[in-house]
Amino acid sequence: MSTGRAVLTVSELTRRLQETLEERFPAVWVEGEISNYRLYGSGHAYFTLKDADSQIRAVLFRNRGRRIKFEPADGLHVMAFGSIEVYPQRGEYQLVIELLEPKGLGALQLAFEQLKARLQAEGLFDQARKRELPRFPRKIGIVTSPSGAAIRDMLRVIDRRFGELHIVIAPCRVQGDGAAEEIAQGLRDLNALGGVDIIIVGRGGGSLEDLWAFNEEAVARAIAASKVPVVSAVGHEVDFTISDFVADLRAPTPSAAAELVVREKQAVVDSLVQLRARLERFAARPLRDLERRVDELTTRLRREMRGELGRAGHRVALATRALRASDPVARVAGDRHRLESLQSRLVTALTRRRDRARYSLRSAVGRLDSLSPLAVLGRGYSLTRTPTGEVVHSPAQVQIGDAIRVLLHRGSLDAHVTDTKEQDDRPQV
Amino acid sequence: MTDLKFEDCLARLEQIVGRLETGNLPLEESLKIFEEGIGLARSCARYLEDAEKRIEVLAKDESGALGARPFVWEPERDQ
Repeated sequence: MSTGRAVLTVSELTRRLQETLEERFPAVWVEGEISNYRLYGSGHAYFTLKDADSQIRAVLFRNRGRRIKFEPADGLHVMAFGSIEVYPQRGEYQLVIELLEPKGLGALQLAFEQLKARLQAEGLFDQARKRELPRFPRKIGIVTSPSGAAIRDMLRVIDRRFGELHIVIAPCRVQGDGAAEEIAQGLRDLNALGGVDIIIVGRGGGSLEDLWAFNEEAVARAIAASKVPVVSAVGHEVDFTISDFVADLRAPTPSAAAELVVREKQAVVDSLVQLRARLERFAARPLRDLERRVDELTTRLRREMRGELGRAGHRVALATRALRASDPVARVAGDRHRLESLQSRLVTALTRRRDRARYSLRSAVGRLDSLSPLAVLGRGYSLTRTPTGEVVHSPAQVQIGDAIRVLLHRGSLDAHVTDTKEQDDRPQV
Repeated sequence: MTDLKFEDCLARLEQIVGRLETGNLPLEESLKIFEEGIGLARSCARYLEDAEKRIEVLAKDESGALGARPFVWEPERDQ
């Protein structure tokens, strides 16, 4: 065996390589494409970074991986920062990653796109899931920071539109680590509280990072799980967050959310007043129909009476002529004069009476303060009902001895049927 | 009827007015729904009058039970 050869053991060589590599590359940025990505139950992820000609093994330990917002995946072009470590037992070296960023898109943007795609595939954004918002919520839950601009904007709008509402604020941080969990908890708390008709979740404007909590899965899941309809109001009009997609309604800003949720009290009052006016106007219609029928009957009655009078007059004239033939003319003429005057007075009286009846009917209708159809009773009509409330239209509906209630203009009478007549002595028209 | 939410009250009232407006109802029936309508209109008006302003903030006590305490906010000072 020749001497002078420097022979190293495998371990010595490996240790020297380790020293060289680890001292030379304690912190390096490297760019490449992820392949063979494997995430283990331990939470550590192993994969290969490669370019067209080379590859290097890489590891992302659990405690580092947690800080990365997006989900690494095969084929993703990334920039990795870390150190080279040699693994002596297998003679391998690998890149231990501290930071990982997607190339091209920002990390947050990529995370947003990934979560959005995943939740969309799950159906969380489906239109069919969206619930209708209550038109008149009594109790409104708001998940936001109690000290932010958003809560003040919302309270100001609500106060202006319909101040007399019950607002419950679930206070939470809206940015920074842990904010997403607090927002999700706020949503759960308001659901647990009970009686909340609608929830607004949101915050005022800020950078993508500031709004980030609303792009986290915890918030999306809490919105999807809410039994109470949720309005998402994050940032300004141009900002879209995952919570906007999951919520039942997206409002462009917190103020707009308050406007969408709370109607103006005056408008509500106005529409109620209108409804009541329509109710009263149309409830009086059956009465007007009755009035018209009474008018028609009056006209027919008058015509009949005139015919009767005419016939009577004719008979009188005949008799008069007969009388005139045998009796003194003057007396007959006097009688005839009296008859004619009586006839015309009768017609005048009838006409006047009809006009008066019609007038009092009209003014009764006009004066009804509630315009209740019951007011028809004020003209002396009465409404007879059986104990079950059925209106009695004909004697066939009751038996002798049955109890009936007669509804009068004022008060009512309880009575028993003593007799029934299918026909009565009222003139038939 | 009083258990109905305001929204349902108003919807029922709208329905009643609609039925009256289409007409063709016997006097008896229109009397019945008119009375119901007036009752609904009254309770809607009462709801609007009785609504109470309350702003609260959720808080948990030592046992972790949810409670609510008043949230102090002055719109005037805030402007």
